[in-house]
Amino acid sequence: MPPLALEVRNVSKSFGPVRALDGVSFSLRKGEMHALMGENGAGKSTLMNIIDGILRPDSGEILVGGRPVEIASPQKAHELGIGLVHQEIALCPDISVAENISMAATNSRRAWLMDYRELRRRADQILASLAEIDPQALVGDLSISEQQIVEIAKALALDCSILILDEPTAALTEREAGKLFAIIAQLKARGISIIYISHRMAEVFAHCDRISVLRDGRYICTEEVAATTQEEIVRRMVGRHLGDIYPAKNPASVDAPILMSVSHLQDGDRVRDVSFDLRRGEVLGIAGLIGAGRTEIALGICGLSRLAAGKVVFEGQEVTPRSYAESIANGIVYLSEDRKGAGVFVDLPIAMNVSALDIDRVASAGFVSRAKEQAQAKNLADQLRLKRGSLDDAASTLSGGNQQKVALAKLLSVCPKAIILDEPTRGVDIGAKAEIHRILRELASGGTGIVTISSELPELIGLCDRVLVVHEGRIAGEVSGDDLNEETIMRLASGLAIEGQEAR
Amino acid sequence: MSVASGLDEELRPTAVRETTSGGWRSIASMREFGLVLIILALCVVMSFASPYFLSWGNFRAMLMSFSIEGIVVVGMTVLLIVGAIDLSVGSVVCFAMVVAGTAFLAGIDPWTASLAGIVASALIGVAMASFVTAIGLHSFIVSLAFMVIVRGLCLAITDGRPLSLFSLPAGFKFIGQGTVPLDLRVLGFPQVYDVPVVILIFLAVVVVFDLLLRKATVFRKVFYTGSNEKAAQYSGIRTNRVKFFCIVLCSGLSGVAGVLYMARFGAAPPTFGVGMELNIIAAAVIGGASLKGGSGTILGAILGIALLSVVSSSLTLLDVPPVWQDVIRGVILLAAVTIDHLLHTRKRARGAVRAG
Repeated sequence: MPPLALEVRNVSKSFGPVRALDGVSFSLRKGEMHALMGENGAGKSTLMNIIDGILRPDSGEILVGGRPVEIASPQKAHELGIGLVHQEIALCPDISVAENISMAATNSRRAWLMDYRELRRRADQILASLAEIDPQALVGDLSISEQQIVEIAKALALDCSILILDEPTAALTEREAGKLFAIIAQLKARGISIIYISHRMAEVFAHCDRISVLRDGRYICTEEVAATTQEEIVRRMVGRHLGDIYPAKNPASVDAPILMSVSHLQDGDRVRDVSFDLRRGEVLGIAGLIGAGRTEIALGICGLSRLAAGKVVFEGQEVTPRSYAESIANGIVYLSEDRKGAGVFVDLPIAMNVSALDIDRVASAGFVSRAKEQAQAKNLADQLRLKRGSLDDAASTLSGGNQQKVALAKLLSVCPKAIILDEPTRGVDIGAKAEIHRILRELASGGTGIVTISSELPELIGLCDRVLVVHEGRIAGEVSGDDLNEETIMRLASGLAIEGQEAR
Repeated sequence: MSVASGLDEELRPTAVRETTSGGWRSIASMREFGLVLIILALCVVMSFASPYFLSWGNFRAMLMSFSIEGIVVVGMTVLLIVGAIDLSVGSVVCFAMVVAGTAFLAGIDPWTASLAGIVASALIGVAMASFVTAIGLHSFIVSLAFMVIVRGLCLAITDGRPLSLFSLPAGFKFIGQGTVPLDLRVLGFPQVYDVPVVILIFLAVVVVFDLLLRKATVFRKVFYTGSNEKAAQYSGIRTNRVKFFCIVLCSGLSGVAGVLYMARFGAAPPTFGVGMELNIIAAAVIGGASLKGGSGTILGAILGIALLSVVSSSLTLLDVPPVWQDVIRGVILLAAVTIDHLLHTRKRARGAVRAG
C-alpha cells in the first residue's frame, strides 16, 4: 500500500451548539485522487478548512507525511505543502496572472521591492505544465476556466504536495472540465495527492481513485471507486430516516385545481425554458445543485430579474410582472435566500421591517400611522410566535430564526396569494425550522400558493407534496409520492438521469 | 389581517410584554438629548466667560448665522440617510443666487427670478441624480465634479464680479432682512423680541421636514433604501427613484437657501458658499446621520449645526484668533463622531449578546 500523504484522526468541531464534525477520520494516499462527498452541510467544507488551517479542530489529530502536525494558519498549511483551491474564485482581477500566482509567495518574502522578472519566470515555469496562459495577462480578462487554472497554479506555486479542490468544475463547461482533468492527471503523475470535492457523480467515478462519504458531520465510509457504484454512494450520502418533525402533507393536492402556472420562462442566462404548475393547497419544492438556476427562476417569476421570455398566470389571469413592485401588487412575493443581505433591514426596528413591502397599508394620506404599523407588526409577530422584546428593537437583536420570521412577516403583511421561499430555513435552528414548516403548511391549506427552494433534501422531502428538480437551468424532472426520495432527487440534480437517457 | 384562515386559532398570541417606548426611538432621542446637554453646558460656561453671550442680540445673531444653512442641512440629512452625499451644495446655493440675481437685473420681478433660481438649482440636482442612478456613479464623485462645474458657471454668468442688487424691492428684502415682533410678555418674558423672518422660515422648514421624515411614506422609503438597498429592492422599492428624489430635494433646498441669502445680503457674489458643504456635512454627522446611510434625524442635524454655531460664536467672543478657530472646529467634529462611533459599536455588541 502506498504511504499516506495526509491522515486525519478523530477530528471534531462544533460551532456553538452545532456539531459540524463528529470524530471524522480520513486518509489520503500519496499520488491518489480522493473524492470527498456528502450533502450540503455534511461537513466537507469544515473538514477542508481545518486541513487548510482556516479553522482549528476542537479535538483529534492531523498527520502529514506520518508526523503529527498542528495547522494553526493557512500559512502553516502552505509550509506543510497543503494548497486549497476554494470553490469561489478568489483572484485579484486587475493584476496580472503572474502576480496572482505568486501572491502568497510574495507575501511571505521580506524584500522591499517586487522582482517582476523573477515573478514572470516562476509563473512561466508553473503555467508551462498546465495550460497556455499568458502570465502577463490580467486575470479579469481570462475565462472562468482559465481563472480556475490560475487558482490551481497559485496553489502549486507554494510547492504543495497535497491539493484540495473544492467543486472546481461547478462553473465550468464540459470541455473546460475535460481540460482540467487532464491537468489533474499530470499532477497526480508528479506524485501530488488530491482531495476532490464535487457533487457530480459522473466525474467523480470517471477520475477519482477512492471516495469518502460524510453525512451530518460524521464519517460514513471510504470505498474504492472500482468496487462501488454510484447508487451505493448516493444511498450512503443520504441514508437516514425522517422523523415526524414535518407537518402532515396534503395528498389531495395532486388533483387540486391549478393556482399558478409558469410557462417557458427564460432569463437569457441561467434559466432555460422552465414551465411548471402550482396547485391549490400544495407545497411545491424546487431542488437542484447550487448554481443550477433555482434562485434565478424565482427572481424571474417575481419580476426581480428581467425575463427574456415566458409568462406567469395566476388563477387564469396573466400576471407576468415587469417589476417586483408589480409582482407584490399581484400578490406574488419572494423570500430571499440572503437573509442579512436582502431579507431584513437589520438596523431598522422590527415594525418598520414588517411594513416595508407595502407601507401604504399602515398609512393614511401619505403618512405612516404608528398605531397601525405597531398593530400590524404585533398581529403578525404573534401569529408567527416571534420571540422579541419590543417591536421597536432593531431586527439585529433577534436570533437568525426570528429574523427569518420577521422576513416572513414582511411578506405576509401584504396578504400574498403566492409565496416563493428561497432557502427559508438556512441558518435557522431546529425549533424555528419546524415552526416555519408548520406555518408554510398552514398557509398552503389556507389557499396561499407555496413554492420552497431548498438545498436540504430532507427538508424538501419532509415538507413538500411535490418537488421539481432543476439541472443547469432546466427542469430535469418532477418527483412526488413514492419517488420523493433523496436518491431520485440527487440523480436528477446531478444530471445523472439525463446522462443515462442520452447514453441509451 | 387574515393571513390564512385557520392560522389565527392555531397560533395564539404569545405572552410577550409589549413595550411602546422603543429602542430605535429612544436611541435617537438619546443622541439628541446628549447634544442639547452639550449645547446647554457650553452656554452656561460662556455666560460666565462673557456677559454678552446670553443677550438676545447674541442669540439672534447665532440663530441667524445658521438658519439659512440649516435649510441646506435638512436636505443633506435626507441625502445622507439614503446613503448618498452632496459636495456641491455650496456651489448650488451660490448658483441660485446668481441665477435669480441675473434674472432680476434683466428686469424680471424678484419673486419669479427667485423661482427661476430655485428651479435652476433643482435642475443641477436632476443632472447629478441622473449620473448617480442611470450610470451608477457614486454621489461623492458626481457631486465633487458638479461642485466645480457649478462654481465655474457662477463665475461665468457674473464674469467673476459680485452682482449688486440694492434695487431689490423692500417687500422682497423683507424675507431676508425683516423681523416680526414676538410679544411674550404675558408669559413673563422681559421684552418684545424682533424675530427675523429668516429664522421663522427656517423653523417652518425644520418642523415640516421633521414631520415628513418621521411619518411620510415617501421618506420611509428613504430609510429603507439607505439601510439596505438590496433589501429595499427586494421589498419592491424602486431605490433609484428614491435616490433621485433625495438628490433633487437637496439641490432644491440649496436653491431656496441661495434665494434667502440673496434677499438677506441684497447681493450675489459668485464666490459665496465656498467650503459651506463641509460645515453642513459636519453638522448632519454630529447630529447622528451616518455616512453609511439608514440613520439620521432632522432634529439631530439642526442641533449639530447649532452646536457648531455656538462654538463659533464662543470662540469669537473669547477672542480666539480666527486662525485657530478652524482647528478647534475640526477637533469638535472628530470628537463628536468618535464618541458616536464608540457608543454605536458597544450597542451593537450588546445587541449581539441578546441575539445569542
